[in-house]
Amino acid sequence: MAVPSVAVQRHPSMLSRLAESRNTLGLGFMLPAAALLLVFLTYPLGLGVWLGFTDTRIGRPGIYIGVENYEYLWSDSVFWLSVFNTVLYTVSASILKFVLGLWLALILNEKLPFKSFFRAVVLLPWVVPTVLSAIAFWWIYDSQFSILSWALQQMGLIDHRINFLGDPTNARASVIAANVWRGIPFVAITLLAGLQTIPQSLYEAATLDGASRWQLFRHVTLPLLTPIIAITMTFSVLFTFTDFQLIYVLTRGGPVNATHLMATLSFQRGIAGGQLGEGAAIAVAMIPFLLAAILFSYFGLQRRRWQQGGGD
Amino acid sequence: MKFTRRDVIRTTAGAAAGALGSRFVGSSAFAQEGLTYKPEEGAKLRLLRWSPFVQGDEDQWLKNTKRFTEATGVEVRVDKESWEDIRPKAAVAANVGSGPDLMFVWFDDPHQYPDKLLDVTELGDYLGKKYGGWHDGPKQYATREGKFLGLPLATIGNAIVYRESWVKEAGFSEFPKDTAGFLELCKALKAKGHPAGFTHGHGVGDGNNYAHWLLWSHGGQMVDEAGKVTINSPETLKAIQYAQELYKTFIPGTESWLDVNNNRAFLAGEISVIANGISAYNTAKVNKDNDPKLAEIAKDIRTTNLPIGPVGKSVELFQVTTAVIFNYTPYPNAAKAYLQFMFEDPQMSDWITSSAGYCCQTLKAFDNNPVWKADPNNAAYAKASATLRPNGYAGPLGYASAATMADYVLVDMFAKAVTGQATPQEAMEEAEKRANRYYRV
Repeated sequence: MAVPSVAVQRHPSMLSRLAESRNTLGLGFMLPAAALLLVFLTYPLGLGVWLGFTDTRIGRPGIYIGVENYEYLWSDSVFWLSVFNTVLYTVSASILKFVLGLWLALILNEKLPFKSFFRAVVLLPWVVPTVLSAIAFWWIYDSQFSILSWALQQMGLIDHRINFLGDPTNARASVIAANVWRGIPFVAITLLAGLQTIPQSLYEAATLDGASRWQLFRHVTLPLLTPIIAITMTFSVLFTFTDFQLIYVLTRGGPVNATHLMATLSFQRGIAGGQLGEGAAIAVAMIPFLLAAILFSYFGLQRRRWQQGGGD
Repeated sequence: MKFTRRDVIRTTAGAAAGALGSRFVGSSAFAQEGLTYKPEEGAKLRLLRWSPFVQGDEDQWLKNTKRFTEATGVEVRVDKESWEDIRPKAAVAANVGSGPDLMFVWFDDPHQYPDKLLDVTELGDYLGKKYGGWHDGPKQYATREGKFLGLPLATIGNAIVYRESWVKEAGFSEFPKDTAGFLELCKALKAKGHPAGFTHGHGVGDGNNYAHWLLWSHGGQMVDEAGKVTINSPETLKAIQYAQELYKTFIPGTESWLDVNNNRAFLAGEISVIANGISAYNTAKVNKDNDPKLAEIAKDIRTTNLPIGPVGKSVELFQVTTAVIFNYTPYPNAAKAYLQFMFEDPQMSDWITSSAGYCCQTLKAFDNNPVWKADPNNAAYAKASATLRPNGYAGPLGYASAATMADYVLVDMFAKAVTGQATPQEAMEEAEKRANRYYRV
């Protein structure tokens, strides 16, 4: 005689349902990251923006003064000089880093002897701490002991030492060169990674169609690399725009503020000068430029039509 | 990480008092007649100071600290940071209310956050009375409205450091005492291929010392007694014109110089005259046994005070450092007891002696410290505390004077004019505009 079995239907508890819910799990996994972002990014950023609207000084909480800091900056020639320097520094260094980095990436993508060794060597400037490379450049650009001046003098190419950091134009060129040297590896290695994702079959097909080397680059490599270029250059522009260490070690913003960037001026005014409000205002004034760079990258460089060689 | 980045020295209480500390054995409170602070139970202190320029300074400070620990049982940890990093660190500590209990700060720092500092008026008055009074300049940096915000610790003097043989070769039997003669000397030195070099770049110490000497020696001043900006004046114009003439005699590149460049060029034999702390001479002296070239330079180095300008007296900025206690410290009495101990004789005497002329006494009773006669080159630094003029002269010390200096307003004014980027009048007007931003006109 068969005993009828009683099927026990178990209703899942609230807890287990929550644990199995994709949404809850997703939220749970995101929480630590969100908390980190809130604490270490959103809060300082919000505080910075708020400080820019106050007259806070070191050791004295400020009061809300509206846009007075920005009004002061508007009429401040040193601030505008720092804006000019920052834009010049970012644009020149980024273009050079892109061109040289892409060129290096293309070379490293070829079949070369000791390829891995060269790839590792290329990374060195990026690996060295910025302060150390800045100190090395400080010696290279020294007005008395520059190895460049010495070498050129020995070769009989110049008869006096080059005033690398004393002349405003030379100083700007020198700090840009140092930044380019340091930033090339990042661009080169990232673009190299991008180059390696391009299927070989596309090159083969184009070659069969009779494409020249230039056409291969222009119509295969470049369009497929553009999304990587967009990301790489966005980061590169952000790093360059916010550079601080190189300038601080090499010139402290001199000569006569010719190399002051917004970041170094913000530090000088906010911390050394004690005017936290104004320092914060300078830092906040960097945000529109940074946003513009990011938007250009995302909405410009990533457009499919651009990538395919078309116009708007 | 902390230990690889910072040089942390921990001084601990010795199990047995050594010969140095034997007289304090058995007393838990360090006591001197007249004023006694009893450290709190279990007190521990942390001091953040600037990295030494003369090793003897640090060694002796630590020795004295050890004596204090042996006498009181209070452990004191002494950390050090590069001197230019002290200002931001102190600013952060003051603002967030956390950090070292004591700190050696620079220039107008105490006036930027007076509310965050422990009032040490009682101790300041006591020490002043006991040791012949404080020198006025360092005292101004450390006091506000009659209260001591910290104890004036030392003045880092700045003087002309020159090569005697080259000055003689240029036809000068002795170093000129006035600005006119000094210009002639620099011209002659340049003609002989041994130019001078003074910092026109953003060197916090050397750049500011030189710029302030140029201005003050010609009677110019940034602000008047009421804090009104008066930099745009005939006196400043004369100072700039003088600087332009002097600049022509310099080695090229001084507008890019930071604090270390003049020492480097001088010790390499590239230049004949600089203005510097005694550290330039000390470097040559200390290393002379390892380097014949430096031995030669050390033998040839002479020091003297900067020439006197039309104003008729010696007026210089120098670097002044003040020992402050933050009022967030849980051990205010221990901190006061520590400072008292370090400022008392024989600790202070020993420290000044070991600093080899780098740290000039702020208490008048130590004026006759043997160090000033130990080497003829030390003499030029002996009166630094007595002759200095505070930053932002003739106005009040405070955030405006600090911010004006931090923004290199004066340094840039001279640099702009001497390099031809602006006429003297334009440079002066720009400096006036920039200073007005801080003095809020």
